[in-house]
Amino acid sequence: MAMLEVNHLSIQFGGLRAVDGFNMTIEKGQLYGLIGPNGAGKTTVFNLLTGVYKPTEGIIRLDGEDITGKSTIEINKAGIARTFQNIRLFKELSVLDNVKVGLHNHHTYSTLTGILRLPKYYKVEKEMNERALEILKVFDLDREAETLAGNLPYGKQRKLEIARALATDPKLLLLDEPAAGMNPNETQELMETIRFVREHFDMTILLIEHDMKLVGGICEKLTVLNFGQVLTQGETASVLKDPAVITAYLGE
Amino acid sequence: MSFISYLKDGISLGSIYAIIALGYTMVYGIAKMLNFAHGDVIMVGAYVILTCITRGGMSPVLAVILSVVVCTVLGVVIEKVAYSPLRKASSNLAVLITAIGVSYLLQNLALLIFGADAKSFVSVVKVPSVSLFGGQLMIKGITIVTILACIVIMVGLSFFVKKTKPGRAMQAVSEDRDAAQLMGVNVNATISLTFAIGSGLAAIAGLLLCQTYPTLTPYTGAMPGIKAFVAAVFGGIGSIPGAMVGGILLGILEIFGKAYISSQVADAIVFAVLIVVLLVKPTGLFGKNIQEKV
Amino acid sequence: MKKVKNKTTQNNMINYGIVILLFVIVQVLSSTGNLSRLLTGLLVPICVYTIAAVSLNLVVGFSGELSLGHAGFMCVGAFSSALFSHAMSDIPQIPRFILAILVGAAVAAVFGLIIGIPVLRLRGDYLAIVTLAFGEIIKNLINVLYIGVDDHGLHVATSSAGLHLEAGGKQILKGALGISGTGALYKDIKSSFFIIGVILLLITLFIVQNLVHSRSGRAIMSTRDNRIAAESVGINITKYKLLAFTISAALAGVAGVLYAHNLSLLKVSVFDYNMSILVLVYVVLGGIGNIRGSIIATIILYALPELLRGFANYRMLIYAIVLIAMMLFNWAPAARNWRARVMEKVRGSKNKREVA
Repeated sequence: MAMLEVNHLSIQFGGLRAVDGFNMTIEKGQLYGLIGPNGAGKTTVFNLLTGVYKPTEGIIRLDGEDITGKSTIEINKAGIARTFQNIRLFKELSVLDNVKVGLHNHHTYSTLTGILRLPKYYKVEKEMNERALEILKVFDLDREAETLAGNLPYGKQRKLEIARALATDPKLLLLDEPAAGMNPNETQELMETIRFVREHFDMTILLIEHDMKLVGGICEKLTVLNFGQVLTQGETASVLKDPAVITAYLGE
Repeated sequence: MSFISYLKDGISLGSIYAIIALGYTMVYGIAKMLNFAHGDVIMVGAYVILTCITRGGMSPVLAVILSVVVCTVLGVVIEKVAYSPLRKASSNLAVLITAIGVSYLLQNLALLIFGADAKSFVSVVKVPSVSLFGGQLMIKGITIVTILACIVIMVGLSFFVKKTKPGRAMQAVSEDRDAAQLMGVNVNATISLTFAIGSGLAAIAGLLLCQTYPTLTPYTGAMPGIKAFVAAVFGGIGSIPGAMVGGILLGILEIFGKAYISSQVADAIVFAVLIVVLLVKPTGLFGKNIQEKV
Repeated sequence: MKKVKNKTTQNNMINYGIVILLFVIVQVLSSTGNLSRLLTGLLVPICVYTIAAVSLNLVVGFSGELSLGHAGFMCVGAFSSALFSHAMSDIPQIPRFILAILVGAAVAAVFGLIIGIPVLRLRGDYLAIVTLAFGEIIKNLINVLYIGVDDHGLHVATSSAGLHLEAGGKQILKGALGISGTGALYKDIKSSFFIIGVILLLITLFIVQNLVHSRSGRAIMSTRDNRIAAESVGINITKYKLLAFTISAALAGVAGVLYAHNLSLLKVSVFDYNMSILVLVYVVLGGIGNIRGSIIATIILYALPELLRGFANYRMLIYAIVLIAMMLFNWAPAARNWRARVMEKVRGSKNKREVA
């Protein structure tokens, strides 16, 4: 069974069909790329998949479960986590606490337990700290656990966002331009991290990216979006050679 | 006939709220701050008029002009000294609390200079009353003047904002301050101008308020200020027609509430209606709905 | 890792310590006769306002919503508990006072919940104005409320005559005239109100600090820092905003209980928006999200106008100027940069560059 199956997904804003008849199938464990020129509707697809927008038509299935029209919270609980194009961290919280917020629905105790500091509080907090540090270690952020997230350098903020998303224990991870603003060295490092995340967490990943080196380097399959519609999709190598894709990017 | 009589009282009171609300809404639209001291500028304006006439023996017209000038200058000075240093502060609460400080400052200065006792205000606007329906409905001169003043100000302000260069600069700053700056708009000057206009209007509002309710204390401006702020939110803060409609609706509601239900709970009714409106339309009657981009 | 936990625990402990230390100092001064009557009179109100400020900080600082209706919740707590104290005058004083505190907290929490559900859909300044409106509505309604008690139980009306009390019944709440003689109901423990106030403050600190450093507290702060991101990791924003709002309201209710029982005459008119603003000023000046700041700012700022009484009419003027100056000094980017430069120099002379 496919991890993600999207059928004829569309959304209309006023007179504009921002996404129109979008189809996509991602198999479990795949590293999948969503590319296209600016304004093609890539982030809108992410927002539809995560319930920020409700689709006008179409069906979204995650691991066989119909999640169309569900709220962001329900969809996260169903197993989709994401990062954002413009980084959205909890800036006034520590790096560790950012990840612990991600663990919120997996390690639970009641508000009263927390206020009264019952034994369960100490037990669960300990579990959370251990798990959070484990995830942070993957991103080489464990030594900065106490730093405020807002004080991290840019590249590390992007990593922390991925770490926080992974903390929610998703089946599918959506990365919105993870390499934006990074220099070639950082991008190279990020590629390795993404590969590692897939292996280590047995993760299915869908990413939006402009950096063709990154896309060509790690994605197995690609979907190219143009003016809200699928221009072409398939194996990375063949898609990147497609004249229609080159035209869409470079113009006539 | 009492219904129409209440209605006219409501519109008259509402017109005063509308004029004050215009000051609030313009400042909010452009400086993105709640100027809590706005109500107290009204009080300052009223004291200036009263002092000029009773102590200085000035003609009413001159006194009103002087009051407008004083309030305009006061508004600009307050903005420059107390608000503009905080424009880029990390929390917008900072400037709100500072505005509260300015409000305390103005009230207590007035308390020191003029004392706590209520002063009875002189009659300045001497327009004869109009009698309608064979004497069944009397409309006082001040009521007519108030409503006319409100209409003139509203039309004038709309024209100014839409058709003049500084007015369009205001619109630009309110849409996007940084972009306006890049396009060569002098943001500081525009904000100063906004405070100048808003505070000048407050002087007029002070005059009209004290003509309708002729007692003056250092706290005269506070409650009308809060209500006008409610009116501005009611109409959709940042919108000029919104402030107008919000103000008049609020005035009518208040007078009707006092007349038909209870004078003690009239304010509660006004606030309850505000809450209902905001729950149905969270940005007010004329407010623009801006969604955060993901 | 252990370090982080220890640091927050240590911070919390310092806050309890400050309160206890101040309490001890006051007790020593008072037993040696060095505490003026003026200051003695300020002690319980300071506890009231500190509880109010710490609880408001939960909403403003940690949940990131501007509330201008805190006095409304204090008002509800004050009147409900005073009514309880009068109506249940057969219960012995100590258990009755404890119950009165719980009544005040519970009623205020219910109001917080009822008001919070619709209001928390709004944001920023709109939320502020609606909370202000709610505060004013509560004040207006209690202002026209008359409550009395007789053998048949509680009577509620909108006028004194409307109560129809039997012979032997007594009026408790008289509309705008308020409730009188609540303090006199507690003759035996009245002298201990300051100690009770300090204990209530410590409990407030316990609740707020432990909440903030727990799973729910992190969720509350995540909704403050970034709503969209919080939702994306499965945080129920409404639930946690409401939680913070309700707990804050309940604690404001407790402040109201203390306030009501410390007075011989409780009038609703004091709970106007100016009181909400006063508490907000303490919170903002003490530092948004800084609990210790709230405690210290409240004590200083509450005592300041009272201590300036010698300056008669000038005192509120001085207060206003101090307030504006402190805001500019604390928050203006120019002032902050200047302070950072000064700090840099001070530190730089000690040891050359340490922090990046």
